[in-house]
Parts: sequence; C-alpha cells; structure tokens
Amino acid sequence: MTLESRAVTGGVVVGDFRRFLGLTWTLAVTDWKLRFYGSVLGYVWQLARPFAFFGVIYVVFTQIVDLGDQIKNYGVYILFALVLFNFFAEVTNGCVRSLVARENLLRKISFPRLAIPMSVTLTGLFNLGGTLLAVFIFAVGSGVYPDPGWLELVPLVVLLALFSSGVGMLLSVLFVRYRDIEPIWEVLTQILFYASPVLYVSTLVDECCQRPYTSNPLAAIMTEMRHAIVDSSAPDVVTALGGTVRLLIPLGIILGAFALGLWAFNREAPRIAEHL
Amino acid sequence: MQLDLRSQARERRAAHEAAPVAVSVEGAYKTFRIPHQQFHTFKERALHPFRSRTYDAFHAMNDISIHVPRGEFFGIVGRNGSGKSTLLKCIAGIYQLDRGTIGVEGRLSPFIELGVGFNPDLAAEDNVIINAVMMGLSRSEARRRFEDIVAFAELEEFVDLKLKNYSSGMAVRLGFAVATQVDADVLLVDEVLAVGDASFQQKCFEVFQRLKDEGKTILFVTHDMGLVERFCDRAMLLERGQMLSIGEPHEIGLLYNQVNFGELVHGAPAGEAASGQRPVEIRTCRAEVGGEHVSDLPHGESLEVVYEVLFGERIEDPVFGVSLRNDMGQTVFASTTQWSHPETGVFEPGETITVRVQLDAWFASGRYRMTPSVARRGSGADTLDLREDMASFILHSTRSSGGMIDPPHRFDIERARVSAG
Repeated sequence: MTLESRAVTGGVVVGDFRRFLGLTWTLAVTDWKLRFYGSVLGYVWQLARPFAFFGVIYVVFTQIVDLGDQIKNYGVYILFALVLFNFFAEVTNGCVRSLVARENLLRKISFPRLAIPMSVTLTGLFNLGGTLLAVFIFAVGSGVYPDPGWLELVPLVVLLALFSSGVGMLLSVLFVRYRDIEPIWEVLTQILFYASPVLYVSTLVDECCQRPYTSNPLAAIMTEMRHAIVDSSAPDVVTALGGTVRLLIPLGIILGAFALGLWAFNREAPRIAEHL
Repeated sequence: MQLDLRSQARERRAAHEAAPVAVSVEGAYKTFRIPHQQFHTFKERALHPFRSRTYDAFHAMNDISIHVPRGEFFGIVGRNGSGKSTLLKCIAGIYQLDRGTIGVEGRLSPFIELGVGFNPDLAAEDNVIINAVMMGLSRSEARRRFEDIVAFAELEEFVDLKLKNYSSGMAVRLGFAVATQVDADVLLVDEVLAVGDASFQQKCFEVFQRLKDEGKTILFVTHDMGLVERFCDRAMLLERGQMLSIGEPHEIGLLYNQVNFGELVHGAPAGEAASGQRPVEIRTCRAEVGGEHVSDLPHGESLEVVYEVLFGERIEDPVFGVSLRNDMGQTVFASTTQWSHPETGVFEPGETITVRVQLDAWFASGRYRMTPSVARRGSGADTLDLREDMASFILHSTRSSGGMIDPPHRFDIERARVSAG
C-alpha cells in the first residue's frame, strides 16, 4: 500500500467509476420515486402535462392555423417533438439548481460530484421512457406504425442526452457563481423552443435558411426524428443540411457542449463545496 | 496504579510510533476569502465591472502538520472556529488545501456526519441505501446489509415508516448504524455524540471501543474533554487555525480549558483585561459542612460543595456542574443541573451567585479535588467557565475498604434451614 494522493478525488470520475455509477443511479431512482410516491396517479400526472399541452397546440395549429392538412401525421410529430424538447428543458433546467439543492451532501461527504448533474439527466431519461410509451400508443392509434426506422430514436435520444447533460453541467456550475442564470436560462429555453421545429416542421422554414436553421442540434434531431418515425417522405437531416459533411456542425455542437460542460464542471468540482 | 496506566499509555504510544503512518498532513494551509461585496449575479458583474474585488482572508488552517500512525485514536479539539472541521473536511477531500499535502493510507471513510443524504419522505430502506451508497458501498452490498443495519439501530418495527415520522433519535441511530457498516481503515468523526440518549451513546462507545480494538485509525473532533481522555491515544489542540499543542489527552484537556477561559491566548499573560471580559467567572470554591468551611471531614458526613459565580453578561438558564476527583485522577462523582434543574434562571451582568451541591460523602478516605463548572444552556458542552481541581478536601475514615466508594450497606447472612423431616 502506498500513500494515495488526495488531489484528484472529490471531482473527477477517474478511480471510482463504479461508485460514480452506483451513486448516479441511486440519486436518479430516489428522485424518480419521490416524484411519484404516495400517488397512484403519479404516472398519469407525468403524462398529463405534455398531452394537455399537445391537445391545445394540436387544436390551434390544425383548426385555426390550418397546418394539419399540409403536414402528414402532424399530430404525431408534435407529440414526439414536444416530448423530446421537454426532456431537454427538464434536464437543463433541473441541472441549474442541482448543486445548490444538494448542498448538504456536497458539504458533508466526499463523492464524485459529477453524479449530481448526471443523476438529473438519468431521471429525465426515466421520465422520457415513461412518456414515450404513451406516445407510441398514440402514434399507432393515429395510423403511424413502427418500422425499423424507429430504431433511429435510440441514437437520437443518446445525442439529445449528451447535449442536455453537457449544457446542464455548464449551467450547474455557473449557477453557483451567478444566481441569475436561472431566469436567464428559462428565457433562453423559451427562445430555443420556438427556434426549433416543435410546433411546426423544419420544411416550413424558408428555403434559404434551411442550412443554418438545421445546424441547431435540436432542429437537426427533430428533423431526423420526423424522417425516421413520422413521415419517411420528409427530408432527412443530411438533405436538410445539404451534405453529409455539414452534419458535423450539429454533431460538433452536441459533442462540444458536452466537452465544454464536462471541462467546466471538473474545473469547478474540487472547490464546489467551498463556493456554495 | 496511576503509574501503571501511564506506562501502558507510553507503551501504546511507542507501538504506534513504530506503526506505519495512516494519515499524514504536511504544512497544510487553508484560507477562506470573504469578499467585502458579494457578486452573485451576471447583472451585478456587468453593471459594476470595475468595482474592486476586495476580500477578508480567514485563515482556517495555518501550517498544520500531523502524523497519525495506523491504529491510533486521535483527538482534535479546539474552540468553535479553530479549524477542526476544516481540517477534517480537507482530509475527507471535501475541501481542497491551498498549500501542503495530505496523505491517507488505506480506505478512508468519506463522511464526517451521520445520515448524509437522508430524505424525510422515504422509508428506512431507501434511506439506508442512499446513505450507504454515498459512503461508498455498492447497492447490492447495501441491500444485503440492510437487515443488520436495522437490527443494530433497533428499528425493526419501524422499517416501513417514512423518515419524517421518526424521532430525531431514531434517525440518528439509523445513521450511526449505516456508518458502522462502512469498511474503512481510517474514520473521520465530527461530533457524532452530540445527539442521542444515554443508552445510544453507550452503544456508540462500544462501537468505538470495538473499532479501536480492531486497529482502525480514527480522527475524532469534539468539545468533550471527557471523551478525549476516555478514547484518544493522543490529541491535538487547535486555536485560530494554529496548532497549539499535540500530546497526551489529559494534558491537552487541561490546556483546552485554559485556552477556553482566556488564560492562554497566543501566549498573552493571564491579565485583568482577559478576566474582565469573561462572561462568567467562578470566583471561589470550597467544601462546607453545616455551613462551615472545612478542609477535612469524616466519612459519611453531609457535605456541601459551594462555589461563587460572577456573571459578566446576561446568561439564560446556565448549566451548573461539579465533579470530584480522587488522588488517582478518577472522577468519583460528577453532576450537573442539566436534568434536575433545566431552568436555572436568568442572570444579569454583575450578579454574583452561590451554587451549593449537597451530597453525602460516602467515598473512600483520601484527598478529593473539586472541579466546578458553568456551561451555556444545552448539553453542557459549551463551557463558560471551568476550574480544574480548584479546591480540595480530605476525607478520613476509620476503616479502609479498598473500594472507591463506601456507601451505607448491610450484610444479611441467612443460613439455609435444614429440614428435620
């Protein structure tokens, strides 16, 4: 046995990766349980929000704006896009306060700090899984049947989770220093909501702006999701971007956001307990 | 007998010195910055980009070096704000040192408090698993040990109850039970015994004793000099981030009391200025029999330990205490008003009062030294003034029984009746 250097613990995942995984899982499961505890209708309530919102949107856009006829399976698209965007919004906004909310842990015990934002992402994934089940049923009921293309949802969700957790990590450490991150990010989330094809589809965006528009990772994911799940005649993300090479832009933003978030988080992690 | 104990302690220390070092802290510095003006938002930062970022530096640790051999029970004592907890948090890896190194050999328990991560809305099992995983156990290990943990905490009937329905004592028991399951070679313990009832504390002591026997290394932060003397092999006294002394628990305990009552602050002489600022000062202490000051008394006499207390500030419901020690240094009697008179009243600055403790002197013959104390309301750990061995009396007895006390007693000898049937 040799003297172990204590310089690396506290922040980085290296060394006790298993503990990190166990911790992330435990924190996520606990959050999930707490949300539904004591309420048999918990799952139903979890679904109520996106579905109620969807109902309003659907009525407005099909009956009033009259988009329903132009876009194939418009209702199914909105629902999928809404659920995916909700995941992004839930994870990033949940991460903002995550470190401050876990202050009692951070100040009293040494553990891989990364488990905190990661557990928020994991809880988000649990919720997403639960909601998607209901969405699948709705899709089949609306005449959109599963085909092998649906498998593309897996890499799409992975990319979305990477993007969300990357942004989340960055926000969580920023919030420790700047408390107005919370309202700022809420506004930015709203802007992103309308800047991404959630209520409409990306093909409705003017021809000239297609490329820059689809460079937004959320727009790219939604576009590809539409092609893979809702309407195979709709353009896929490569077509929308105008070339495979251009796919590197949204991919780069996703991976860049994750790398930046991880770097910022690990930079701050060792001293996070002192700054709270 | 005392010599015996001393030499045992010396042997134990010699054995530790030969043992490999479990925890070493080398020239550790830690400073906290307390900004004069806190910038908490982007807005403030953007509106006042040139406003100076001045701050006060609070030196929580100044050049602290310790070497704790494997198997040692090491006490860290000091007043509030002396840097004890900061040191523990740095060793645990919760805080980072500014300068210096910390080396730990073996598995270190990462926690310094019980029940970290407990959630009031969850039942015992979930809380045990969260807590155990936080402390480094795997989920399956935690689940396997759950039965043992609940049995140790004596909470079998309450496992399905949410934690918010537990009494605070029950929650602490659960936390302690989880902590005992952590396989660590080095444990960091911060004031865990400040809570819990007497029987639970006894259980904690047993665990400490067991850990000590197993050769675990324990770093123990406390205010309670009694615990330090009872468990620690060595102790360290911290004061304002500086290491004042390191050595035998009893000596550290005496030094702590001196520091605590202003007689030894950075080598300043025990002057009038220091004593004038004291919130409470014990002026005199004596033994009385029938209202008369005595220096010696016969065995069994109704004795009063009398001491005068001068209050320098307004104190509400202080806890008065007294202890008697024999020549061996063993405490033969100790009592406080904590339980018998929780409300002792409010005392104003300038007020002088007399505290009388009546007891029957059923002790063995010998010299007894009296230690009067006054503490703030609460557990009695927050001492306002305490005068170690302030005065003494001699108790004489016509017989020597060899026992430490000789209370009234009676023998009955009954011969079994042999039936003539």
